[in-house]
Amino acid sequence: MTNSIKDLHEAQVIFVVGSNTTEAHPVLALEVIKALRGGATLIVADPRRIDLARKAHLHLPLRPGTNVALLKGMMRHVVDMGWQDDDFIAERTENYEAFCESLESMTVEQASDICGVPADDIRRAAELYATADRANILYAMGITQHHTGTNNVLSVANLAMLTGQIGGPGKGVNPLRGQSNVQGACDMGGLPDVFSGYQKVDNPDAIAKMEAAWGVTLADREKGMTVMEMMHAVDTGKIRSMYIMGENPVLSDPDQHHVEDTLGKVEFLVVQDIFLTETAEFADVVLPAASSFEKDGTFTNTERRIQRVRKALEPRGESMPDWRIVQSIANRMGAGWDYRSAEDIMREVAAVTPQYGGVTFSRLENVIPDVEYAQTDVCGLQWPCPTDDHPGTPILHSQQFSRGRGLFSAIEYIEPAELVSPEYPLILTTGRELVHYHTGTMTRQAAGLNALVPEARVEISQQDAARLGIEHGAPVRVTSLRGSIEPVAWVTDRVSPGLVFMAFHYAEAPANRLTGAESLDPIAKIPELKVTAVKVEALS
Amino acid sequence: MAVVNEAVEKTLTVTVNGREVKAAPGQTVLEVARSIGVEIPTLCHDDRLEPYGACRLCLVEVEGARGPVPACATKVGDGMTVQTNTDKIRRLRKFVIELLLSNHPLDCPVCEAAGDCRLQDYAYEYEVNMSPWGWHPLQFESRDDHPNIARNPNRCILCGRCVRICRDVMGIGCWGFTNRGYDTIIDTPYNLPLEEVGCVSCGQCISTCPVGALSMKRSRYAARHWQTDKTTTICPYCGVGCEVVVHTHRDALVRTTATVGRGVNNGNLCVKGRFGFDFQNSPDRLTAPLVRDENGDLVPTTWDVALDRVEQNFKRIKAESGGSAFAVLASAKCTNEENYVLQKFTRAVLGTNNMDHCARL
Repeated sequence: MTNSIKDLHEAQVIFVVGSNTTEAHPVLALEVIKALRGGATLIVADPRRIDLARKAHLHLPLRPGTNVALLKGMMRHVVDMGWQDDDFIAERTENYEAFCESLESMTVEQASDICGVPADDIRRAAELYATADRANILYAMGITQHHTGTNNVLSVANLAMLTGQIGGPGKGVNPLRGQSNVQGACDMGGLPDVFSGYQKVDNPDAIAKMEAAWGVTLADREKGMTVMEMMHAVDTGKIRSMYIMGENPVLSDPDQHHVEDTLGKVEFLVVQDIFLTETAEFADVVLPAASSFEKDGTFTNTERRIQRVRKALEPRGESMPDWRIVQSIANRMGAGWDYRSAEDIMREVAAVTPQYGGVTFSRLENVIPDVEYAQTDVCGLQWPCPTDDHPGTPILHSQQFSRGRGLFSAIEYIEPAELVSPEYPLILTTGRELVHYHTGTMTRQAAGLNALVPEARVEISQQDAARLGIEHGAPVRVTSLRGSIEPVAWVTDRVSPGLVFMAFHYAEAPANRLTGAESLDPIAKIPELKVTAVKVEALS
Repeated sequence: MAVVNEAVEKTLTVTVNGREVKAAPGQTVLEVARSIGVEIPTLCHDDRLEPYGACRLCLVEVEGARGPVPACATKVGDGMTVQTNTDKIRRLRKFVIELLLSNHPLDCPVCEAAGDCRLQDYAYEYEVNMSPWGWHPLQFESRDDHPNIARNPNRCILCGRCVRICRDVMGIGCWGFTNRGYDTIIDTPYNLPLEEVGCVSCGQCISTCPVGALSMKRSRYAARHWQTDKTTTICPYCGVGCEVVVHTHRDALVRTTATVGRGVNNGNLCVKGRFGFDFQNSPDRLTAPLVRDENGDLVPTTWDVALDRVEQNFKRIKAESGGSAFAVLASAKCTNEENYVLQKFTRAVLGTNNMDHCARL
């Protein structure tokens, strides 16, 4: 997020696009509800009538995979009406002319034809967002999980820069991170192309710095493989061994049959987890890890706040914190590490990671004094926090963007990779539900959660259900090119005809058995989990 | 602009119990008193909610006012003089508590809230006579069919906090006042099950209930409030980073709560943060390393055997094919420190940049 959670309700207009906030980030959604009570205007762009759509002043029910068209239509109207922020564009951005030319290729009416949102609603959304003094955008995987995910993100950035709605209180672009430490896992270099702090693995200066800090010569000086590429490389025999810490790709990754085939082919697979997950079942060695209640450390949340995780219980049985296990293996391979605590590791992180340079465990205990929106005692530092006396950064890009000037991108609409056909006439879009979480490893152990939602459900419209002879609560078969699963039907007006929705939490009816791994975004390598063509049949 | 700033920055001087305090316009008497450590009892107040002024327990004397005023709903004015703990005020508060207790069940020995109950605390603090008006405990029958939220309307003091937090903070409105007078009860519309009136099972109503009318059903009878150790940490679910207080007893997780006035969540939690932690005590947790035996089954073993197997195979494959034959997945569920050492291991020890995690999934 460019801004803080507490900043959200400072906005007069909140534009939520591709985020089912009340279910996937329920407590953050309370800031949106607070803003509404304070008189803010809410625009929600989502194919489904999610809870926030019901609360919204304007709901834009776009067809899945048409975000670029919707956003372009909005921007075209902004420029046609002269609502762009000329000062911001002149002072803070570049490549505006090329961007403006790219808008010529799509009228609001054409955008409307593509995305299915009435042209007047596109115009109204553009007006509300562009003419507000302060407007915040929230987005999540509804923007990114497309084969055009990067274009979608760039389009969101274009809209914010065009209208100057970034870099101040109540003005920001706020991607919502889905997992407790997904932000931190990225920050720490859990990615193929960067060391911690987004220092490029193919940058000679960064390589020299890390070699000096780690006392090694790095063998690999090129970008590595993303998870999707790894899976393909196992098929070709290039990858022989995998080490998986705290992940469950059998349920979280697209095209489950392919993932299972792949894991079965890995010559030596090590899985480290707190449960024998669907992925661990394929392992040659399973290493028992401590849960987050059993260890010390830090998580970094969606607003870049580094917060202390504290040990409340002893690890179960022989299990150990993941860092201790990694250190044991490293030392058997001759590394000679001697970390005594998580705090030891954070000292090294701070030394080699510019954004975390001022982070120490003792500073994380302090209540942050001067943070602009803290009505409560909040601990933890928001990166960038480069030095010991730096207070952290609640709002990014307030003076300039990371690269200096914000770069407008000329983006053309590309249709989803998978289109409906006579055989697969419905679009399946996937996401999360309120009660369960990710691959269900933790939530499906909870009696209080299972009592609320015991089984996998597919949301289907009343019209499609009636046409297909499907009753509410009855088992159905959902089939794509890649496989088939049997959830129960949830007949609802949350989805419109032609659209069905499923969460991916359920091992017994895994939505990712249906989704595809073939169509990746060319830059981010993210799969198109939001658009899969399927058919649904009643099971008698 | 300058004029506006001047108004905002203007400070007021208030005298609380003889002590001069600087205050900001818009602050309430309750807030100003708390800022200098003067506690005023409240039952219907929650900092997450707007002032309500219903319970009359926070009454204070303000010089020049016609009678006692509620501290939670009275804004301070310049030069205001407040007394929070006079004999008269103490008598009034005692009277309010006695009235509340006159129909309260007094089943404290088996009440979930005991030890963490405002009514219990204040009855003690104000040395109330238990039944000067006789004792006529409520005898309501109530629906109690929610899997996580236990309801006991007989313990309810009708402060309305559950009604307001559900309506104002959650934007839902499952609860309301039903019936009138002595028969008033907090209930769902038409006494429908909570699940049928839009309840998202966040348990926010439990978190604000000052007594034991609403409690966490699944941790009932597990441990008393004073028996548990409490550790403040961060919720392991989504990326919002809510601060949770983990209550543990005899090496087990009993329940989680959150503290109003702290963290990005300010005491709020969702259904998972409040009711989603059975996994911690689950018998299915991995407690020993597993290795695949000659029959292809995963069997428990020692760390030495498991790590030997990892070492031998990693070394063999690295010698045969180099670092590029490895792929490593980090975890969005593990700490920063763990992800850092794993990427260091991958790049510096295995010798590959084939490292990723499910950030895209």
